[in-house]
Amino acid sequence: MSEVARSISLTVNGTIIRVAPGTTIAAAVLLAGEATRASVGGEPRGPLCGMGICFECRVTIDGVPHQRSCQMLCIPGIRVTTREVTEDSGGPATP
Amino acid sequence: MKWSIDILVVGAGPAGIAAAVTAAEAGQHVGLVDDNPVPGGQIWRSGAPLPVTARRWQARLDASSVVRLEGWRVFDCPEPNVVRAERNGFKPAHPDAGIDENRDCAELRCRALILATGARERFLPFPGWTLPNVMGAGGLDAMVRGGLPIAGKRAVIAGTGPLLLAVAAHLAARQAKVEVVCEQAPLSRLARFAAGMLTEPAKLWQGARYRITTRHTPYRTGCWPIAAHGRDRLEAVTLQQGRNRWEVPCDYLGCGFHLVPNIELPDLLGCRIEDGFVATDALLQTSVPGVYCAGEPTGIGGVELSLLEGQIAALAASGNVDRARSLARQRRRRLGFVRALQQACALDPQLRELPQEDTVVCRCEDVRHRELHEHATWRQAKLHTRCGMGPCQGRVCGAAAEFLFGWHAGSVRPPLFPASVSSLVSPREPALADESLVAANAFHENAKETP
Amino acid sequence: MSISDVVIVGAGIVGAACARECAGRGLRTIVVDALGIGSGATAAGMGHIVVMDDSPMQLALTVYSQRLWRELSAELPADVEFEPCGTLWVAGDDEEMDEVCRKRALYASVGVDSEILDGQALAEAEPRLRRPLSGALLVPSDAVLYPPCAAGYLMREAVRMGAQLLAPQRVLSAGKGRVLLENGTELHAARIVNACGVDAARLLPGLPIRKRRGHLVITDRYPGFVRHQLVELGYLKSAHSLTMDSVAFNVQPRRTGQLLIGSSREYGAETSGVNHALLAAMVARAQAYLPEIGELQATRVWTGFRAATPDKLPLIGPWPEDNTLFLATGHEGLGITTSLATAKLLASAMFGEEAEIPAEPYLPARYLHGEGDAELAAGASGKRRDTEKSHV
Repeated sequence: MSEVARSISLTVNGTIIRVAPGTTIAAAVLLAGEATRASVGGEPRGPLCGMGICFECRVTIDGVPHQRSCQMLCIPGIRVTTREVTEDSGGPATP
Repeated sequence: MKWSIDILVVGAGPAGIAAAVTAAEAGQHVGLVDDNPVPGGQIWRSGAPLPVTARRWQARLDASSVVRLEGWRVFDCPEPNVVRAERNGFKPAHPDAGIDENRDCAELRCRALILATGARERFLPFPGWTLPNVMGAGGLDAMVRGGLPIAGKRAVIAGTGPLLLAVAAHLAARQAKVEVVCEQAPLSRLARFAAGMLTEPAKLWQGARYRITTRHTPYRTGCWPIAAHGRDRLEAVTLQQGRNRWEVPCDYLGCGFHLVPNIELPDLLGCRIEDGFVATDALLQTSVPGVYCAGEPTGIGGVELSLLEGQIAALAASGNVDRARSLARQRRRRLGFVRALQQACALDPQLRELPQEDTVVCRCEDVRHRELHEHATWRQAKLHTRCGMGPCQGRVCGAAAEFLFGWHAGSVRPPLFPASVSSLVSPREPALADESLVAANAFHENAKETP
Repeated sequence: MSISDVVIVGAGIVGAACARECAGRGLRTIVVDALGIGSGATAAGMGHIVVMDDSPMQLALTVYSQRLWRELSAELPADVEFEPCGTLWVAGDDEEMDEVCRKRALYASVGVDSEILDGQALAEAEPRLRRPLSGALLVPSDAVLYPPCAAGYLMREAVRMGAQLLAPQRVLSAGKGRVLLENGTELHAARIVNACGVDAARLLPGLPIRKRRGHLVITDRYPGFVRHQLVELGYLKSAHSLTMDSVAFNVQPRRTGQLLIGSSREYGAETSGVNHALLAAMVARAQAYLPEIGELQATRVWTGFRAATPDKLPLIGPWPEDNTLFLATGHEGLGITTSLATAKLLASAMFGEEAEIPAEPYLPARYLHGEGDAELAAGASGKRRDTEKSHV
C-alpha cells in the first residue's frame, strides 16, 4: 500500500499510525506491531477469526473498552489502546 | 415512523445478497442487515479484486431498492418477525461523523425472514495457537483485505478445505511468501473428491486456478501444525506429516479446519436443526413458518450453491413459487457436492492429540485442556471451568470441544452476541426511522473518506 | 444393590453441603444427581452470602450460615471466587432511610455489624450510583462467590471423606429406605435426603414447592465498576406482592471483574426461555440506579428456577410420614447462603442433637397441617411482611 494512500491517522497506544481508507482497526493495531488484548491470564492475543466471532480483537477505542476492532474501520483521530487492563481508578473492592 | 418491511435478510454474503436482490427485484420491500461495514460476507470481502460474479451481484445490489443496514449486528429475535440489531462499534467522539448517538439499537419488523448467516472457521487448539499472528486461514485473509500489509512476509497456511488454497493464492498474489500449504486430509481422499467433481464443472475445487498461482508453494497432504512458537508473537511453526516433523520460521500462520455453520440465530428462533445444519423444505423454508434459510447454514456448499439458495428463498418468500421450484431442481443436483465436501474435509482423529495438558482451549477465559477432560458434558465443563462462558459464547471452543470430547453445546439464548446492557431494554419508539438508516450509512461513508 | 447410611438426592449446593456434613460425621454417603454437581438453581443464581430479614426465622438462618461461610472462607479454593465485598442496601429517600435505621438496629440485635452511610458517604463508596440518594446500610460481612465451584468444593470434600457421587443418574423414586435409579439400580439406605430443589415434589408429590423463575445478566469485565453488592430498599414502595411478577435492582461485582445484574421473580413460567418484557424491566431498574451500566457489554442472559415455599422458609428436617426420609429443599433465593446451615440442621436432626439455632421453623412437618395453617402460623409468629426483599 503506497504512502500516498495512507491518508487516515490514528493513535495506537499513543503512537501515530497512518493507514489507507478501508483499513480495519484490527489491521492498524497489527501494523503498529501491537497485540490486541491481554487474556484473562495476561497473555498477549491478536485477532483470530477476522470476522467478529472470536472476540480476540477487542481493544479500547476512545476510552470505550471491549470494542471488536476487526469489524470497524479506522476513522481519523481515534485513540486505540490495546492489552488494556480495564482497571478502574476507584480503589479496592472492599471498604 | 416505524421501520417495517416485507422481507428482512440477515447476512450480506453471497446468499444474503442474492436473496435481497432477488426479493427486491420481485417488488418486495427488502432490508439487508449485516455486522460488517461493507457487504460481501467473508468470501466476497472487499479489499481485494473480486470475481466477476461478485461484481455483478454487488452491482445489482447497488441498483436495487434494498435498504442496507451495514455494521448492524443482530443479537435477538424475540419473535419470528421481529429482529433486534445493535450498531456494531462505538459512539465516536466526532460529531462530524454523522452519527445520531441515540440510534444504536433497532427493532426491525418484517413479514418474512431469510437467514443467511454464513459460516465460521473451525479452530483446533494446539500448543502456541494463542500467539498473536496465529489466525484462521480465512482470518488471515480477512486481515489482509482489511489492510494488513503482507508483501514479503512469510506465511504458512494450514488446516483443511478448499479455503486454504484460495487464501494461499490471494496471499501469493499480494507478494507474500507462502512457505507451505498443509492440508490435513490424505491425498487419497482429496483425489477421490477431485475425481467426483469432474461431474461438477463449475466447481473443480476451483483448484486448478489456485494451484497455478501457488505453483511454487508446496501443497502437503496429511500434514498439520503441531506447535507454534514465539515469545510475544509467532516466530515459527512445527509441522508434522506422517512421521516427519520439521520447523518452519514464519510471520503468520493461517490455520482453519473447514467451516462451522452459524446456526445460533435459526436455533434461537426454534428452527429444526439436523446434524448441525438448519433443516429446510425444498424451497428453503425452515420448520418455523415464514423463516427461510440460505447458504452455509443449510450445508457447506460454497458460493454458487449459496447464490442459488438465496434466490430460491427469496422467490419462495415473495410468492414466486414456480420460479423457486425450478431453481430448487438445480439446487438438488448440487447437494452431492455438499456431502462430498464434508467427507473430504473430515478431520483426522489424530488431530485430537494436538492439545497438550496446558494448551488453552477456551481463549476467552483461558481454560486449559487438563481442566476439561474430567467433565462429562459441555454444560458441566462450562459451569465448573468457565469454558465457553466468555464473549465468544463458545463459538470457538464449542466447535473444538465437539471434536475433542464429543460434547454438544447447550441451548442458545439472547443476546446472540454480546450487546450493550441498554439494548436489552426494549428499543426506543419509534423503532428506527428511515433517516437514521441514512445516518448509519453516512457513518461508513465518512469512515472511508479522506479528510 | 448397595447399602449405605444416607443417600442424598441432588448435588446442588445444598446436597453437596449435606454430603460434606454427613461424610464428615462418618456416615457412608451416596449422592445422586440427574445432571452433575451444581447444575440446577446453583448454576443459575447470583451466589451471594447475605443476611436477610424477611422474618426472624430467615434472619436466624442467614446469620448462622453467613458465619459458617466466613469460617470456611480461608479454606475455599480460588475457583470459588469468594469475595467479601459486603452488601449495600441502597435507600432512595427518607422513608427508605428509616428502613436503613430499623435494619441496622435489628442486625445489631443479632450480632451482625453494619454501618449507616449518608448520601455523601454512599456516593464516595459507589461513585457510579445515581445522585442524589439518601444513603445506605453497609453490611460488611456479606460476600459473593461462584456457586457451581462452591458446590464442587463441598462435594470434593465429601468425596475426600468417603462419600460417593453418582452422576449423571436420574432418580425415579426415593422413600422407605429405597432409592430407585433410572438405570434400574436400587440403593438402600437408613436415611434418604431429598435435596433436589424445584424437582423435590417430583419425588414427594404434594410438597408445597413452586418454581419461581429468575433472570440474570452478566457483563464483560469492568473491574471496579461497582465495589459492593448493591440492593435497593425500594421494595418498600413498589411493595412487590408474593404472587405477582416483579423486578428489583440488584447488582453484584464478581471477582473476575464481571457484573451480575438482577433480579426478577416470576411464577408460572415453566420454560427456560427469556421473558423479554421482564428482562427489559429488570435492566431498566438497574439503569435507574447505575446510569452508566447501559453502556457495558452484556455477555449472556440466563434464567433459572428457585424452589419457593409459601412461607418463604426452606424445608429442613425429617418428613413425618416416612421415617427414612429427610428434606433439604425449598430455599428459594437463599440456597447458597443457607446451604451450610441447612447441612448442620439436617445432621443435627439425623443424630437427634440440638442444633445451634432452633430447628422448628424449618421443619417440613409444618406443612402437614395444610398450607393455610402454616401461613397463619408463620404470619402470627414472625410478623412477616407481605412484601419481600429484592434478591435472586
